[in-house]
Amino acid sequence: MSAPRTLLAIDRVSKNFGRVTAVDGISLDIRENEFFALLGPSGCGKTTLLRMLAGFETPNDGRILLDGRDIARTPPNKRPVNLMFQSYALFPHMSVRANVSYGLEMERLPANEIRSRVDAILATTELAAFADRKPEQLSGGQKQRVALARALVKRPRLLLLDEPLGALDKKLRGAMQLELKRLQHEVGITFVIVTHDQEESLVMADRMAVLRDGKLLQCDTPHAVYEYPANRFVADFIGVMNFVPGKATTDGVLAANGARISGTVPATLSPGAAAIASVRPERIRLFPSPETANRIAGTVEALAYQGLDLQLHVRTALSPKPFLVRVTADAADRRPVASGDAVELGWDAVDVRIFAD
Amino acid sequence: MAPALAWLTALMVVPCALVLALAFFQRGIYGGIEYTFTLGNFGLVFDPLYAGIFLNSARIAGTATLVAVIIGYAAAYAIAAAPRRWQPAFLFFAVLPFWSNYLIRTYAWIVLLNREGLITQLLRWFGYTGEPPSMLYTEGAVIAGLVYNYLPFVILACYAPLSRLNPELAEASRDLGASAMTTFRRVILPLTVPGIAAGAVFVFVLSIGNFVTPALLGGGRFQMIGNLVYDQFLTANDWPFGAALAMALIAIMLIVLMAQALAADRAAGRIAEARGGADG
Repeated sequence: MSAPRTLLAIDRVSKNFGRVTAVDGISLDIRENEFFALLGPSGCGKTTLLRMLAGFETPNDGRILLDGRDIARTPPNKRPVNLMFQSYALFPHMSVRANVSYGLEMERLPANEIRSRVDAILATTELAAFADRKPEQLSGGQKQRVALARALVKRPRLLLLDEPLGALDKKLRGAMQLELKRLQHEVGITFVIVTHDQEESLVMADRMAVLRDGKLLQCDTPHAVYEYPANRFVADFIGVMNFVPGKATTDGVLAANGARISGTVPATLSPGAAAIASVRPERIRLFPSPETANRIAGTVEALAYQGLDLQLHVRTALSPKPFLVRVTADAADRRPVASGDAVELGWDAVDVRIFAD
Repeated sequence: MAPALAWLTALMVVPCALVLALAFFQRGIYGGIEYTFTLGNFGLVFDPLYAGIFLNSARIAGTATLVAVIIGYAAAYAIAAAPRRWQPAFLFFAVLPFWSNYLIRTYAWIVLLNREGLITQLLRWFGYTGEPPSMLYTEGAVIAGLVYNYLPFVILACYAPLSRLNPELAEASRDLGASAMTTFRRVILPLTVPGIAAGAVFVFVLSIGNFVTPALLGGGRFQMIGNLVYDQFLTANDWPFGAALAMALIAIMLIVLMAQALAADRAAGRIAEARGGADG
C-alpha cells in the first residue's frame, strides 16, 4: 500500500470571537479519500473548524492548505469544498432536481452535462423517483439524501458534513451510517464529518480527532482512540469507562482504600502523583481465576438486560461510583447472578490505562 | 361573532349601500338629489377627463409603491441582518412615525419642502445662493409624502419573511458556488416575495384613494381620485357623481386586494398540497 497522500493540512489554526477562543492552534492532516470525524462535546470548536474549512469563517491565525494551496481566505463560492448543512438547507422553492442542479448551473456547465450528472447522482442516492418533488414533500431521510446529492454532484475535493444524521431517528441513523460509508467509498471523495456522537464516529470514521475547548486532544483511528485514549477526558468521552482514583506507583495505582491496581504507568507520571486507573466494562470478568492481576470483591446493585449482553452495576470499595461490568449472555447463562449477590471482579494489567488526575 | 357582525353591518355595509344607491340618482339643478334612476354617473366616470385622473392616480400610487418597496425592503433587510437583540429597537424606530397624526406628519413635509423651508436652508448653509428649488406642490412632493407615510407597512411586511429565512439557505447557495448577488436573486428574493406583495398592495391601495397628501403637498394642482370625490361632495355638490366615483375607486381597490389574496392563497395552497404529499 502506498503512503496516503495529505489532501488538507490544517496548520496551527486559531479562531476567536471577541474574547472567546473557539479554535485554539489546531493542526491536523486529512488524507485523500479518507472518512474523517471531528468529535467533541458542544462548544468544543468542531463546528467553527468546519465552517473555516467551508469558508464561512476566516481564521485569525494559521493556514488551511488544500492540495498545498492556502485557502484560508478564499470565499466559499471559490473553493472546491462543499458543506452538507445540519439543517440540510434545501431551497424550499425549488424541486429536488433544481436543488441538485443549482451548484452545476453556478459553474456554467452546458445544460446536457448538468442533466446527465444530476441524473447520475439522483440514481446513486436513490432519488430519481422524487426529482420533481419539493423539499416539503420529502421525509427526513430523503431530505438528507437530497442535501448529500446536491453537495456530491459538484465533485468537491472535500465534502464537509455537519451532524449529518442528527435530525434522523435512531433506527434510521444506524442505516444511514453504513449508507454514508458505502457512498463515500463509491464516489471516492474525502469526507469530513462533525459529530458529538462518539458511537457514530467509531462506526464511520477511518480516523477521528477529539476536540475539547478549542484544542485537539487526540487524532487517530477509532480503535486506537478507544483502546489507548490520550487522557482522562478522551477515556471518559469515548465509550464507557470505570475509573479508580488514587496515587501513581512504579507499577500501577494505589487506590484510596489501599488496594493496588497494576498496570503500565505513563513515563510522565512520577510516583506519588495523583493518578487515575481505568478499565473498560467489557474487559472485566466476573469470578476471575486466582492468578488475575487485579481482583476486587463487590456487591451487585443493579442488572440491565440488553439482549446481547448483561450490564451489571457492582459496588466496590475502590471507587465512589459502582463499577460497570458487561457480561455476555453466554457467560451469564452459565453462572447467573442476581441483585444483591456478592461477586468478585477481575481484569488483567494489560487492560488498565493510567492517566494523570 | 354576532356583535361584530352587527357593527360591521351598521358601520360598513349600510353606509356603502347608501353611497352605492346614491350613484344611481340624478343631481338636482341647484344641487341636492333628484330621485330619478340613471346610469349616467357611471358613464361620466369613463369620460376622458375623469378617466385621465384615474390613470394619473394609479401612476402616482404605482410610483409611490415602487419607491416604498425598494426603500422598505432594503430597510427590512438591514434590520433582519442586524444582531437579534437590536432588531426590536430598529423596528420600533421604523414604526415610530405612526404615533403622530397623519395630518401632522404631512404638514411636517411642508416645513421641509417649503420655498424657504428646512431643505432650502440646509442648501444655503452649504453655500447655495441661487433661487430656492421648487419642491413643494410638485408630483414628487406628493410621492414623497405617500412613501413616507406608508413606508412602515412595507418594512413590517418585508421584515417578517426576511427574519424567518434560515440563514443557512444563503450560505448553502454561496457554498454551491453562487455569488452574493446571485444568492439574493435566486434564493432570498423568491422566498420573500409574499412579504413584498403584501406591503406593495397596502401602499398602492392606501395611496390611490388618498386625498390629504395630494391636497397638502400637491397644492390642489395634482388631482387624484380622492380629491375628485371630495370636490364632488363638498364643492360641486354633485353627490350622485361623487358616489359613482367612490364606487369606481372601491372597485379598483377590491380588484387589487382580491388579486393579491388569490396569489397568496395559491402560494399557501401549494405549501398545503406539498405538506399533504409528505403525509401520504
